[in-house]
Amino acid sequence: MERSPSSLKLFGSWASSYTHRVQLAMKLKNIQFEYIEEDLANKSEALLQFNPIYKKVPVLVHNDRPIAESVIILQYVDEVWSDRPVLPTDPYERSVARFWCHFADDKLGPAVGAVFASSGEVQKAAVDQVHENLALIERELREGFFKGKKFFGGESIGLLDIVLGCGSYWLAVFDEVMTDVKLVDPEALPLFHAWLREFEALDEVKETIPAVDKLLEYAKAVRQMLLGMSNNATADSPTATASASATAPVPDITVDS
Amino acid sequence: MASEKGVTLLDFWVSPFGQRARIALAEKGVHYEYKEQNLAEKSDLLLKSNPVYKKIPVLIHDGKPVCESLIIVQYIDEVWSDKSPLLPSDPYQKAQARFWADFVDKKVFDCGTRLWKLKGEEQEAAKKEMIEILQLLEAQLGDKKYFGGDTFGYVDVAFIPFNNWFYSYETLGNFSIEAVAPTLVEWVERCKERESVAKTIYDPKKVYEFVGYLQKKFGVA
Repeated sequence: MERSPSSLKLFGSWASSYTHRVQLAMKLKNIQFEYIEEDLANKSEALLQFNPIYKKVPVLVHNDRPIAESVIILQYVDEVWSDRPVLPTDPYERSVARFWCHFADDKLGPAVGAVFASSGEVQKAAVDQVHENLALIERELREGFFKGKKFFGGESIGLLDIVLGCGSYWLAVFDEVMTDVKLVDPEALPLFHAWLREFEALDEVKETIPAVDKLLEYAKAVRQMLLGMSNNATADSPTATASASATAPVPDITVDS
Repeated sequence: MASEKGVTLLDFWVSPFGQRARIALAEKGVHYEYKEQNLAEKSDLLLKSNPVYKKIPVLIHDGKPVCESLIIVQYIDEVWSDKSPLLPSDPYQKAQARFWADFVDKKVFDCGTRLWKLKGEEQEAAKKEMIEILQLLEAQLGDKKYFGGDTFGYVDVAFIPFNNWFYSYETLGNFSIEAVAPTLVEWVERCKERESVAKTIYDPKKVYEFVGYLQKKFGVA
């Protein structure tokens, strides 16, 4: 299997949890690659050429062929580099992992983004959404498919841990930036909280995710900007969406595709 | 849920997402029980099988539920892997197939919904967007027989159910899909020759009536 760095490139953004997902998988599988940091406010020609449909990171380019969308990239990487698999082999278990990955990106991510981009009553409603979504995951851990497991992948982290984990460390960052909001209450979500602590304690995770103080600084700046924008313009105005999507940490707060 | 052996599909006749599951099951020759759901009064079985979204389709295999149509199609492809593979075996081709099926998911239904739900300028914008989406898909098809190449595959399954809605999109948006994406229309006809598609298809005029009912329900003109 070809592993020379130049034939494998990852276009990403240092604060993007979607990028972290791919970087974490590469680390777990000990895959060498070239990383290219993108300035999302000023996207490179290469990125636009490799992902013309969505113009987003991450994009993996393997032997000059691009793959976009983080969960699709993760599955591709798992299939090409079969050491240290991240997907289960059983079709039913795979369907469950995929379902919750879909839930993470379809429901939880946007709800967290909405909390971060709003204030007052709108934010309160978004916080309730996040709590509801996390409660569903807590239930699966408590009495559903993931009952009794250390990680969603079993004894070691798998696809769902990577997808959920790389977004979830932001929850503590957001809780710190927005002091009147509490996204993860360890008493309300004991199993989710325990899982997240285990995930964050892993060496590979610590080596992939940027330091908390950098994330905090970044999140504070984005929050200021988003609040400033919502005072000056409607959420739908082009500048609002362009700036938010350019600098939004995780998830993409606006849908710019 | 009792571990009953067998395959059940919880579905709703007009759902393009449900039809994906029906086509995949037919391609594989799987015998299953079809259970039409009343979405205005959801059954206990549906609510228990899909507590997170409470939506159809849900595939129940030996008592275990699988939700989300593309996840269902992948599951079907992996379990009944001995016949009519839907996803390519090459990892890069597989990734491309997943990307384009996901594109259909992200784009077609939502844009179509805006076409019937909105009026005036917003509807016009939705129509322009739908044309762009169809042309992107047409470009992806190129001169291949199917999106999957020579064989009917994952992206074909993901997209073909929306052809039942084309008549509605065209009528509401006042445009012709054949005029903006002619090779796509040819692809539709080829797909309809397949038994799996032909026997799960439903009348576009009935879809249009259903859209009319939705418009009344949502207070659209």
